[in-house]
Order: sequence, then C-alpha cells, then structure tokens
Amino acid sequence: MDFRLSEEQQMLQDTVARLVRGEYSFAKRLEFSQSEAGFSTGFWQQLAELGLTAVPFGEELGGFGGGGVEVQTVMTELGKGLCLEPWMQSVVLAGGLISQSGDEAQRQRWLPGIADGSLRAAAGLQEPQSFYDLNNVETTARASGDGYCLNGRKSVVIGGHTADLLVVSARTTGDSRDARGLSLFVIEAGTAGLERRTYPTIDGARGCDLLLDNVLLDDGARLGAEGQAADIIHYQAGRAVSALCGEAVGVMEVACERTLEYLKQRKQFGVPIGKFQVLQHRMVDMMSELEQARSMAILAASVADQPATEERQRTLSAAKYVIGRAAQYIAEAGIQSHGGIGMTWEYDFAHYAKRLVMINHQLGDDDYHLERFADLMNTPA
Amino acid sequence: MNLNYSAEEQAFREEVRAFLEEKLPEDIAAKVKSYRRLSKGDHQRWQRVLSERGWYATHWPEEYGGAGWTPVQKHIWDEESNRYGAPRTIPFGVNMVAPVIIRFGNQQQKQYYLPRILNGEDWWCQGYSEPGAGSDLASLSTRAVRNGDHYVVNGQKTWTTLGQHANRIFCLVRTDPDARKQEGISFLLIDMNSPGVTVRPIITLDGEHEVNEVFFEDVKVPVENLVGEENKGWTYAKYLLTYERTGLAGIGLARAALNHLKGLASRQQKNGRPLIRDPGFRQRIARVEIDLQAAAMSNLRIIASVEGGGVPGAESSMLKVRGTEIRQQINDLARRALGPYALPFVEEELEAGFEGDYLSDPDAAPVAAQYFNNRKLSIFGGSNEIQKNIVAKMILGL
Ligand SMILES: Cc1cc2nc3c(=O)[nH]c(=O)nc-3n(C[C@H](O)[C@H](O)[C@H](O)COP(=O)(O)OP(=O)(O)OC[C@H]3O[C@@H](n4cnc5c(N)ncnc54)[C@H](O)[C@@H]3O)c2cc1C
Repeated sequence: MDFRLSEEQQMLQDTVARLVRGEYSFAKRLEFSQSEAGFSTGFWQQLAELGLTAVPFGEELGGFGGGGVEVQTVMTELGKGLCLEPWMQSVVLAGGLISQSGDEAQRQRWLPGIADGSLRAAAGLQEPQSFYDLNNVETTARASGDGYCLNGRKSVVIGGHTADLLVVSARTTGDSRDARGLSLFVIEAGTAGLERRTYPTIDGARGCDLLLDNVLLDDGARLGAEGQAADIIHYQAGRAVSALCGEAVGVMEVACERTLEYLKQRKQFGVPIGKFQVLQHRMVDMMSELEQARSMAILAASVADQPATEERQRTLSAAKYVIGRAAQYIAEAGIQSHGGIGMTWEYDFAHYAKRLVMINHQLGDDDYHLERFADLMNTPA
Repeated sequence: MNLNYSAEEQAFREEVRAFLEEKLPEDIAAKVKSYRRLSKGDHQRWQRVLSERGWYATHWPEEYGGAGWTPVQKHIWDEESNRYGAPRTIPFGVNMVAPVIIRFGNQQQKQYYLPRILNGEDWWCQGYSEPGAGSDLASLSTRAVRNGDHYVVNGQKTWTTLGQHANRIFCLVRTDPDARKQEGISFLLIDMNSPGVTVRPIITLDGEHEVNEVFFEDVKVPVENLVGEENKGWTYAKYLLTYERTGLAGIGLARAALNHLKGLASRQQKNGRPLIRDPGFRQRIARVEIDLQAAAMSNLRIIASVEGGGVPGAESSMLKVRGTEIRQQINDLARRALGPYALPFVEEELEAGFEGDYLSDPDAAPVAAQYFNNRKLSIFGGSNEIQKNIVAKMILGL
C-alpha cells in the first residue's frame, strides 16, 4: 500500500497551492466575498488558464481524467484558502451530471465550455421540503409541445447566482419522494420563467434559490432517459460529497494550525495557554479528529469514481459523517480555545470555523449520513 | 421537603403574568421571540415600563428603589419574562455596577448614580477585559495615576459589550504597579464623554457589532469616581463576578430557545413529515430538554439555599457551565433543523418590520448567526474552563 500522491498528483497540488497562496490572502477573500459576483472572476480565469477547470474531464476536453484523488487534491488546496469560486459545483457536480447522462450532442454543446472555464454551471437538486433527500422532488416537468414545462423551486444552489447553466432535477412522474420519475434538465441563464433569488451565505459565499415558473424547454434540454435520473443524481452527488470531504480537510488543517499557533503564543497567568492541560487535551482531540477525517476523505476519494454499488454509497456516507462531526468539533473547540478572539470577523480563523460548520449543510450533515449508513449497514443475515 | 411554590409565590406569579400581558409591548415581544435585533430604543422603552412598576432593579434593596424580591421571586420573574418574550435586562448598570455601588460606594455615589440607572439616564458598560488580560483578569494594565483631585487614565479595554450605546463605563484600573497584581487594582467609574476616550467597534463572526475596544488616552477622572478604597478594586470585582455568574445559567433563556427550536422543527419537513416527528431528531431535542430540566432544578436548589440572604458560591460555576452548554446545544439543533437553509444569510429578514417574502421559514434568518454568536456563552463571564478550575479548587479542594 502507498498513501503518497503520485508525481502528477503532487504537481497538481503544487499548482493549486501556489495559486491560492498567491491570490487568496484573507483580505482579498473578504473583498471577493463582498464583490458583485461574490467570488473572484479573475481567480476563476486563472483556474481555467491553468487547466484546472478541466481536471476531471478527458483529454479531448483538455483534462486528464482526474478521479476522486485529483478532485480532492484541488478541493483541499481551495479549502485552505477558503476559496469562494464554485469549482465543485460547476466542474464536479454539474459537469459530472452532463458528462454521465448527456448524449453526444449535449456533451459537445456544454462540456467544452465547462472544461475550459468559459461556462460556469451549477446543479439545483434539492428543494425546500427535501432536507438532503435528493429523491424528494416536487418540481414538475410536464410534456409541452415537443419539450417540457417546468414549475417548482430548487433551493440553496451555491454558485447558481452567476451560473450560465443550471442542471435541475424535476419530476416527470411519481410522488414527491419516489426515486422513479426524476429527470434532469439543463436550463440556460436567461430562459424565460427562470428567476433566481440570490443571497449571501453565512460562510461568505453566495447562492440562490431557483424559482421555475413555466420554464419551457425543448427536448434537447433533458439529460438522459425520462424519469430515470435518480441513480445518476446519487452517483454524482457522491462525487461531490467526496469533493467536499477534500475541501473540509483543507479547512480543518488551517483551523488546527491557527489554533496550535495561538496556544503557543497567547499568554495568560504568565504562561502560554498551551501549558494548560485541558487545552492540550482538546488540541490533541482536534488533531485526532483531523486524522480521522483525513483517513475517511482518502477512502471517499478511492470510491468516488468507482461504479455505483451499495458499498460505495456506504463509504461515502461514512466519510461525510466523520467529516461533518470532525468539522463541527474543530470549529467549536478551536473557537473555545482561542477565547474571544476566535469569534471576531477580523481574524481569519473565525471564517474557517464558519465554513467548517456549513460544510455540514451541503449534501447532508452528520445526522443525515449516519442514518443513511445505518440503513445500508451490513448486519448478520 | 416541599417542592411547591407557596401561595404568596403563586400569587406573585399571577401578578407578574398580568403585568407582562398588559405592559409588554407586542412589537418588542415579537422581536425577542423571533430573535430579531433589538434597538437601543427598544431596550429603553421596556426599561421605562419596568421602572414605573418598580421592577427594573430586581437585585436592589427597596430603600434604593429596588424590587426587594426574594431569590424565588427573581426566579419566577426570570421564567415568566422569558416566556412572554421580554427583552433581557442589559446587566451592566442595574445588575453589575449598582450592586457594587450599593455595597461599597459612598453616600454621594449612591445618590447620584442609582437614580440615573433607574430612570435610564445612564447606560453603563463593563471595562474589565483587556487585550492582555482575559481569563487572567488580575494582570490588567490600564493605568490610573493620581494627580491632585483626579486620576489620569491610560490604557485599553476590550470586548466591551454595547459600549457603543454607553455613556459610562466601570473599569478596573491599576493604581499601584508595584503591589502584588490583585492588590494594586482600583474600581473606577468613568464618563465615556470625557476627552481621550475612544470607542472602536469589534465585529463578531456573525457580522454583528456588539462588542468594542475602548481606548483611554490621558483621560481625567475625578477622584470622587473611585468606588471604595484605592487598591481594593479586586475585592469589589470578585463580588460583582458572583452576581454575574448567577444570571449566566440562563434557564429562562434556554426554555425560550427550546420552544423556538420546537417550532422550527415542527414546521420543517423531513421524509414527508415534520422533522420533530423524525425519531432521531426528536430524541436529540428530548435529550436537551431533560438536561435543561435537571439544570433548572439545580438552579432552584441554589436559589433556595440563598433564600435567607447572601450570594451563591462556587456551585453557580457548575450551573454556568451546564446552562451555557445547554443553550449552545439548542442553537446547534436549531441550525441543524434548517437543513440546507442554514446557509443563506438574509440580513434584511433580521430587521423587525421586514415585509418581503421570507426565503424559507420566517424564523430561519437569525438561526445560524445566533449559533455562531452564542459560542460566546462558554467564553465570557469567566470561560467554562475557568469555571471548572474554580469548582475544582473551591469545592473539590484539588
Ligand atoms: C461576546 C463577548 C462579550 C464580552 N463582553 C465583555 C464585557 O462587556 N466586558 C468585559 O470586560 N469583558 C467582556 N468579554 C470578555 C470575556 O470576559 C473574555 O473573553 C474572557 O474572560 C476570556 O478571555 P480571553 O478572551 O482573553 O481568552 P483567554 O483568557 O486568552 O483564554 C483563551 C483560552 O484559554 C483558556 N484558559 C485561560 N486560562 C486558563 C487556565 N488557567 N486553565 C485552563 N484554561 C485556561 C480559556 O478558557 C480559553 O479557552 C466579552 C467576551 C466576548 C466574547
């Protein structure tokens, strides 16, 4: 066994790390967060120029067929800088959905743009009532002419506010929680009947709800067979879960680093506070949560691009559970060990803590994934 | 043993309820119950109502215009006022500096400051912590040098809650730099409008402006603003800290937060039914409700033990730790209850009178921000680690 990154993977890591270090100071991040787009379009441009928006795609699209490890490698480095660009949403999730389920024409039409960064995409898969269950879809797609008419609402689409393409799930048949009857559609920005309600998120990014009011689409907007999208949605959401695990590890690394530095530097009662045993033990717990999280992230990466099996699903849920728990622990314990300074806007640590907690609210928190794991868990016959 | 309230206490509860029903402004209660921002004016409006009734200064003896309540009465007030959505009392004037003035101040100070607190003329803030003196408060270095009939104060305080609204600050200052660190500290009352005082906001991670830095540059403070004796400030500060700690368990606040959580969880959907019917989530809520019940009972036991007078001892430290943990757990569950909608931060919805379309649940907007903001509960008023040190030392003899 060998847990080291290959030479190419290391090069990828160095490339992203260098870029983030150079472009993403904490001060700049605050600026990006408050800018018109809510992230840096310049940085996006640079990701594109370095070929990073093509990572998971094949050579024909300028990529190198990066799998779970490559995707996580990028995400970990982006996480360290708390980068706000919707790379995962566009390249991994929406790109993955189109790549897996699109026909040749659809792939030709959209993937080159996503891979070269000239198009940004996002996926709207959840709804106000769905509570992380991606089968729980009430948005309808009725047959209309030789296409479809979509009505409904997709919630909290991070990066959706500036996306050129929105991949959404909608129901062609079935009841609101049925796996059968789900279809995927691509809606291009500017399509009549699509309204976006944009808002900042508490962790400094931006997202939107998509309000679909009689959005008319032609048949070419449907990805894959009608009513058969559930498996594809879950598969790609699994890849995104793995990507988020990678990001979380990057964020946790910095959060732990900052806390450790602070314990050594802050003095109270004439000694560095790191001399107090209760803080030492807590710091050790933070580090061991991080180690557990790292291990599970690696496991998630190893299955992310494997064929869909129950084992894969179980592993991804296990990983997101451990990551979610670790992330919240590190955020809360880190703030507490800092004292008041840990909860100030001026100090980057607080923003790492916020991102850590909020990773739980994307694609399922620890409760959700624990439940899913329990449902799928092996038990004696 | 008798766990019932006496007939008088029950009658008092009825009186409190009738008062709250009649006098608590609806708009203010609505804000409190939905965790919207309260303005300085809201606080002042409610304070005037309380003062008129003689119920603002619940901790003071009657001779100074206090309510003269027993600990049980205070407790009943805490329960009912939180239940009805009354704003929490900003403690710095009425519950912090006033008890110190009453106990250690001179006649003149009592006559001057106490009425101004009652009638809302003064808004006090607490100038204890400094950048270098948090948990180790006694190492504070803000200097006050006596010069004839005044002190000259130089230094910096930090984390000053609502200092932006305050016109007065009570400070711990160092008057004898050569003495042992606890012995060179004095308790000084400072007019924030004095030349040389600067207040700068500190923004917390949820984007709120709630705390400040306060700088003193050659600020002249008349000697008559010294409370008690010079270099005895630490004794007064410790007296005040026990007062601070009792309120910090926040049982009434926790109950209100639990109800809020239950409301959210019954409106939120999971698997086609209300989240509160989800066995896992329901158990999470149940667990914290039981813990709260235990803490409430412990709180009553402490209250009963001081019924004859005096202030609670180190037991209140245990209660502070428990109470704050419970409130943080409730905030955690409320955030979880929102699912993906914990992410959006729609600030407009935080303002009272918002008339737009709510993005999701009308109560959602403040939830995640409050979860982050309330990380403070285990940090301030003596961090939970420090409280445990106190228990270990004072109760356990370790
Ligand atoms: C929102 C907010 C409002 C506040 N309002 C006010 C106010 O109005 N007025 C005011 O004067 N102050 C106020 N404070 C300050 C508060 O009292 C301090 O933050 C608190 O005393 C902790 O100090 P510190 O932040 O410097 O942390 P530090 O003292 O530096 O502590 C850092 C960490 O070390 C731990 N630690 C320190 N010493 C020990 C030890 N001996 N053993 C074990 N662990 C230890 C702490 O528990 C903490 O986890 C406020 C703070 C906050 C966050």
